[in-house]
Amino acid sequence: MSELSNRNWRGGFFRWLDKRTGLDSLLREALDEPIPGGARFAYVFGSALLFIFISQVITGVFLALYYVPSADHAHTTVAYISKAVSAGGFLRSIHAYGSSAMVILLLLHVTQTFLYGSYKGRRELLWLSGCVLFALVLCMAFTGYLLPWDQKAYFATAVGTNIAGEIPLIGAWLKSLMRGGADMGTLTLSRFFVAHILVVPAAIFAVVALHVYLFRKAGAAGPISENPISPTAPTEPFYPHQVMVDAAFALLIIIVLALLAHFAPFDLGPKANPADTHYLPRPEWYYIPIFQWLKYWPGSLSFVGVVIIPGLVAFFFASLPFLDRRMERRPWKRPIAVGSYTFIFLALFGLGWMSYRSDHGDPGYAAQLIAQQKDTDEFMRKPFEAEIEQPVVAATPETPANPLIAQGAQIYQEQACNGCHGDAGTGSAAGPKLTGIHDRMSADQLAALLKSPSAKMTAGGMAPLNLPPDAMKSLVAYLESL
Amino acid sequence: MSPPELKRVAVAEPTRRSYLGWLLGLCTAGAGVALSVPLIRFLLYPLRARTTEVKWSDAGAVSDFASLTGPVQRSITVEQVDGWRKTVSDKIVYITKSSSGELEVLSAVCPHLGCSVQWRDSKHGFECPCHAASFRPDGSITGGPAPRAMDTLQTQIQNGRLMVRYQYFRQLVATKEVFG
Ligand code: FES
Repeated sequence: MSELSNRNWRGGFFRWLDKRTGLDSLLREALDEPIPGGARFAYVFGSALLFIFISQVITGVFLALYYVPSADHAHTTVAYISKAVSAGGFLRSIHAYGSSAMVILLLLHVTQTFLYGSYKGRRELLWLSGCVLFALVLCMAFTGYLLPWDQKAYFATAVGTNIAGEIPLIGAWLKSLMRGGADMGTLTLSRFFVAHILVVPAAIFAVVALHVYLFRKAGAAGPISENPISPTAPTEPFYPHQVMVDAAFALLIIIVLALLAHFAPFDLGPKANPADTHYLPRPEWYYIPIFQWLKYWPGSLSFVGVVIIPGLVAFFFASLPFLDRRMERRPWKRPIAVGSYTFIFLALFGLGWMSYRSDHGDPGYAAQLIAQQKDTDEFMRKPFEAEIEQPVVAATPETPANPLIAQGAQIYQEQACNGCHGDAGTGSAAGPKLTGIHDRMSADQLAALLKSPSAKMTAGGMAPLNLPPDAMKSLVAYLESL
Repeated sequence: MSPPELKRVAVAEPTRRSYLGWLLGLCTAGAGVALSVPLIRFLLYPLRARTTEVKWSDAGAVSDFASLTGPVQRSITVEQVDGWRKTVSDKIVYITKSSSGELEVLSAVCPHLGCSVQWRDSKHGFECPCHAASFRPDGSITGGPAPRAMDTLQTQIQNGRLMVRYQYFRQLVATKEVFG
């Protein structure tokens, strides 16, 4: 930055600004962060996560321009975004694939931190804040999944909230809290929406700030051969080399996302139909291992499978820097830690594989999954159809402008003509309809017929009408207007 | 690394690095611009595409109005496309004859401040209940605060049916201007 501020044509402005904001020292602080051992590709995942989070925020804000979080409209508005709005399908795909990208980068970031032993040496709080961010990102993925309100969103969330219901003591309560009632409905959607766009993102912003602060406080740990508290390797500032590597990686991510979004747009299935009993719910890929895991813990044992074991894994994972106090960072010298980490990953992959096998091994399941995908593809091909909003039907029938007709309408009611001929002459089982009678006979013919009905009419139950001439005129006028 | 080496890193490389930096900066800026295109298109969609649109509504068979002696009130169903939804609403119109004897459809919305104009048989004319603007059966103005005649709506005849295009017009101006 000194290079920039030395230039005369900007120097003045920068000095002016710096005197008031301290921007220069702030930038120096940010960009001159010493990296022991120099820049490396291995360090890109943290900033890549930040980058993709910002991309999610931007695309999310744009999607909210058209999205409506209500069970009536959510699916229509997402279909509108995907099918009608220009670049809508693209932006929605960037956002949806972005969530997967975020989970992948998160796993890479954690793995890098773990393998490099970068959680060691007064970095317990840094690691814990990272664990909180991990959970928050999973919350974002879970809450965002429901918002399109299509079949897979609805059923995956129904299963997800049911799992929360398995937790002893508070499970049932927690489930209703998440759903906003016993069943999934429009309140569930509102809750998930608020969590997805307000509560969880706010928490992520706050914890990211804390995480970055703690990282800067502890300093970069450097290569695995270094002592994590006081690395001795010569340092290189964060800017420019690491910034460039980070930027190049961010560029790569966004190119991959854009290509995916363009060539394989994220789909939207038919609107959620809670009555569909055949639907096979499947969560997003990163939840599949957990989904499979739960199949092995039926009934009374589910408590162990759903709460105890995942809880223990999460607990040990979070307390890693407290348990592993040695300063040794080389992975091959840490067989227990690295072994358990590898084991958990292999187990997750294994569960994913078993889930795939059981879905594709069972012909019934496989056929149903194919049928579901076919429905989705079919829905995507159909052009956008606007939702029809019916007016509130006025309770009182309109009164005709012509008072003669209005009076006639009243007589029609008084004489109980509607009893057989229906309201407004629409007809019923007891009498023929009178609408369009003006095409069949003149006013005079009609008046004559009302005074002395034909034999056929009398047989049908029609009584002769004896009305004063004025009243008859109004009634005929009314009938002719039908 | 020994200190002299470190010095090399710090001094000799800025030119190459700043060149790479510029290149990367350029790529990033390019990607940023490229990605803002879909964002802007997405944002401006309602400005470029027609997101609101009024369809023709059926006011009845033309033959119904063949022997019209005075204005008749009809309620028509108006279908409007509004973004991702279609609204169907009922609107009141008057079917009447213009001074030259042609069928004409008048909007019941008063050109003064928008109350619903009513037909008064006793006066053989229209009257607005709000500020008493009055109009002849053909909609032309006879008195009161309204700045112009009642608004005629676009009509067309399709298969013997009188079709109306329901629109709103600006209030309080002397000439009829479509609103919205
Ligand atoms: S609104 Fe009709 S006269 Fe004022």
